[in-house]
Parts: sequence; C-alpha cells; structure tokens
Amino acid sequence: MSTDKIEKKILLRAPRARVWRAISDSTEFGTWFGLKLNGPFRTGAVMNGVLTPSMVIPSVGESQKPYEGMKFDFTIERIEPQRLFSFRWHPGAADPNMDYSSEPTTLVEFLLEDAPGGVMLTVTESGFDKIPLARRAQAFKSNDGGWSEMVKVIEAYVGNASQVNA
Amino acid sequence: MGTHRKSTPDRPAPLFAALGDETRLQLVSRLCREGPLSITRLAEGSRMTRQAITKHLRVMEGARLLECTRRGRETLWKLDEQRLDDARRYLSLISKQWDDALERLRSFVED
Repeated sequence: MSTDKIEKKILLRAPRARVWRAISDSTEFGTWFGLKLNGPFRTGAVMNGVLTPSMVIPSVGESQKPYEGMKFDFTIERIEPQRLFSFRWHPGAADPNMDYSSEPTTLVEFLLEDAPGGVMLTVTESGFDKIPLARRAQAFKSNDGGWSEMVKVIEAYVGNASQVNA
Repeated sequence: MGTHRKSTPDRPAPLFAALGDETRLQLVSRLCREGPLSITRLAEGSRMTRQAITKHLRVMEGARLLECTRRGRETLWKLDEQRLDDARRYLSLISKQWDDALERLRSFVED
C-alpha cells in the first residue's frame, strides 16, 4: 500500500447528473459529507466549512458527533462538469490555534466515469508523504479512545479490505 | 479527511521515552531482526539479569511498543508493529473516514 495516496472506488447506482450534483453542489456535498459550507464551489474558491454530523446514515452520523463544530478550510482546484472535481486541504488540520497555511496540503479528487448500472466514482487523496510526521501523529493523539480505538479502526479497515484499494 | 479533534500533546512522548535508552533500543532491534523472543532468549549473550531485562520490556509494553503473548508455558515478546508504522496507520484512519463518507454519499444518491 502506498503511503502517499488513498484511492477509493465505489459504484453508485444513480444517474451521472445526480452523482455530479451531489459532489459539485456545495449544499449537497455538505449534506452527505457532514459540513456546513460558506458558499458555492467555484474554481479557486477558498471554502470554509464547519463539521455538522451528517444524518444520511444515522449510525455514522453518531461517529462524527465528537467532531461537531470543527473547522475545515479548503481551496477548490478543478471543476470539469460531470467528470472531475478536486480541492486541496490540510488533512487533520483541526486545531483552531494553529496556522497551517505554510504546510503542504493533500489533493482530493473525485472522478466520475460511466459504468454498467451507474457511475464509477474514484476518490483519491494524495500528497501524504509531504505531510510532516508530527502532524500525522496528531491524528492519533486526538483520538480520545487512544490505541484501543485505533485498533478497532484498523480492524474495520482490514475487514473492508476487499472493497478498498488503499 | 480532517475530522480530528484538537490534540493534546501527550501521546507520542511515552513512545520516544521508551526508545530513548540504549538497552531498550538493542532489545527492539533484536526483536526486529529475530521476531518474537522469550525472555530466556533475550537474556542470552546479555550481561543483564533477566529481571533487569524484564523491567525494560515492561516499560516498552507500557508505551505499547511491545506486547507479550503466551505460547505454551513460554512468554514471548514481540514488537507491536502497527505502533511503529505511523504513516500507514494514519492512512488507515483517513481511509476509514473516506469509506464512511462514501457510504453516506451512496445513501444520498441512490434511492
């Protein structure tokens, strides 16, 4: 597994225009992602988001609850209608007292392709190798459950390995 | 994804403290090279007593760097490799968050 990049593929049984709207419309994006955003997505726009647990799947929304109110800032990089949407952000940048602006960002890309029965969506997040190790470690420190929680996360991840290309 | 709470700077410290000792580093490097070992094997060729070695092993166990498992009557010490592999664990965490997010997207667009 690459340490620089995460890649996910998911077949969505919905029309391409529907999937595109869910990703490129900031209100719709916020609904499933769990973010309240400050405006529409436009190339070059700097978005400010506040985490608002998504209740699209209630049990998963519960797992976002501890992060409620957390701020996300990201910059829209590319919008190619019906095909590609990408932005850059600071992974794990959650501490409001920290200035992350000089740190490297990761690039998140959503790529849509037609597939039998729907749309194949590929999501990649890349650039992790440039993220300082200290910053990566914070992702674990911030996990209140500590190590045992982490193991659960890993088990869940390994359990899903058949549908995951990480 | 960035869904991480504001951190308190306390967790990596025990790990580094656990590694900040020549004897412990040597024990770790043997476990790296040779895989899980019993206290008897670890004490072989060492000038330290088993008791002293056990003390070091317990410190590292406390930092979750090592874990001990039983095999029959023997206790084996091994590295907790995930603890040593921050980069991958980090990606696993973020990867899991994407899995959750995409399941929400699926529910959202599929009727």
